Amino acid sequence: MSTRLLRLLAPALLGTLMVTAWYGVHLWLDTEMRFLLPTPVQILGAFRDNGESLGRAALNTAEGALLGFGGAALVGFLFAVVLSLSSLVRASLYPYLMILQMTPIIIIAPILVLWVGAGLKSVAIITFLICFFPLVVNTTQGLISTDRNLVELFAMWRTGRWQQLVHLRIPSALPYFFTGLRIAATLAPIGALVGDYTAGNSDGNGGGLGFQAIIYSSQAKYPALFATAAVTCALGFIFTGAVVALSWLALHRWHDSYERADR
Amino acid sequence: MAVPPIVELREVTKRFGDGPLVLDRLSLAAQPGEFISLIGPSGCGKSTLLRLIAGLSPVTAGTLRVDGVTPDAAAAELAFVFQEPTLLPWLTVGRNIELAPRLRGISAMDRAATRQRVLDLVRLGNRADAYPRQLSGGQKMRVSLARALALEPKILLLDEPFGALDEMTREHLNEELLAIHAEAKWTGFFVTHSVAEAVFLSTRIVVMAANPGRIHSVIAVDLPRERTNATRASRAYLDLVADVSQLLRSVESTAA
Repeated sequence: MSTRLLRLLAPALLGTLMVTAWYGVHLWLDTEMRFLLPTPVQILGAFRDNGESLGRAALNTAEGALLGFGGAALVGFLFAVVLSLSSLVRASLYPYLMILQMTPIIIIAPILVLWVGAGLKSVAIITFLICFFPLVVNTTQGLISTDRNLVELFAMWRTGRWQQLVHLRIPSALPYFFTGLRIAATLAPIGALVGDYTAGNSDGNGGGLGFQAIIYSSQAKYPALFATAAVTCALGFIFTGAVVALSWLALHRWHDSYERADR
Repeated sequence: MAVPPIVELREVTKRFGDGPLVLDRLSLAAQPGEFISLIGPSGCGKSTLLRLIAGLSPVTAGTLRVDGVTPDAAAAELAFVFQEPTLLPWLTVGRNIELAPRLRGISAMDRAATRQRVLDLVRLGNRADAYPRQLSGGQKMRVSLARALALEPKILLLDEPFGALDEMTREHLNEELLAIHAEAKWTGFFVTHSVAEAVFLSTRIVVMAANPGRIHSVIAVDLPRERTNATRASRAYLDLVADVSQLLRSVESTAA
């Protein structure tokens, strides 16, 4: 009981300390330099003043993030199934997957703008590219790590390849898939933001958070810039939270990672 | 011999690739309903022999007939119980048992009836909705056995299924297995390291020697087929355990 209380108190205490230090730095700065670090109250004020544009931008970014993330989950999963078919397929495709992953987004962004135009499409594609790799790598690993004994069991039943995939390999790869999904969920809002920053436009009545960040920055609205960061962070929490919930639904009844210690 | 053997090995030889000889000209015929234990030093190829009968691995030379045909052709008549319970952790006990029949296209109604029957056989009739991780080691092994029985095999292959269990659980499961065998009349092949277990369960014991794996001797177990805990205290049983242990020791010392 006391440890549970401590677990709640400790982060709260740390938060208080950090806000105090924050104010301390703000006050320590020369008055004309204080714009460099707005106070939490000023940032809350920015939420009030720019609430509407921030909200719209958040929704636009969430849309791009969700499209890219969802697409990456679906295509990444199917791609992983293809990769799991044989080591020859993996050996053939992995180098190109690596090249895709190694190419910096800030180079890809202008090319994408050239191809599909700035805005939601580019943002979604960039998010897709960022989410794709961890999903493919994790899911593939899961699909090829099936318990040897279970493979033997299916061999004993003389099941076909398709039945083995559907009833054995895919279910046993689910924990890996969800690991990939969790990583991708933390990356998706950041990916959408970066995509928006580099390949966004004012579509959707003011664009996404990245586009807004450019505007706030050019208008020297620094508290609003901090508010944008907070919104992006919240978006990340929502994405991760949703995946954690999904993962719980799919795995908690059977997977050891949800085994309660008190059992 | 009026009844043709259900499993027949003639000069069966096995080697993996260019490796050493694993099994050297094994000949053995099992009559329907027999319970045959395979015992011998590690490396004598008893598990390999089981896998050959299962059709999981091809013979290198000689002939192996299961129910009159090749192991592959007889696949539907064979079931295997592995050393590990090998249950699918994401399926409930009931669904684990139903999976193979389901993949074979058996109707849901027939599957449910079979599931209940085999779960009752292993005294887990009320655990159909449990997940494997909620079961003890002995219970998981029971489910594994029930899953094999659900296929209604003519030949049941058991590869040291109770090796990881404690002595008490193992003895209980041995008694249950005998009762199930008496009722269902499949032919059993049972790999074990335990002489006591082999004598208690079997109609015959095949003692194998290693390097290369071969049949050293075949011992008929002349105990009444009805065996209970009292059997374990009987003179005849204890003598047989002593004899087989003695034999096994001599096999192991000549191998070394």
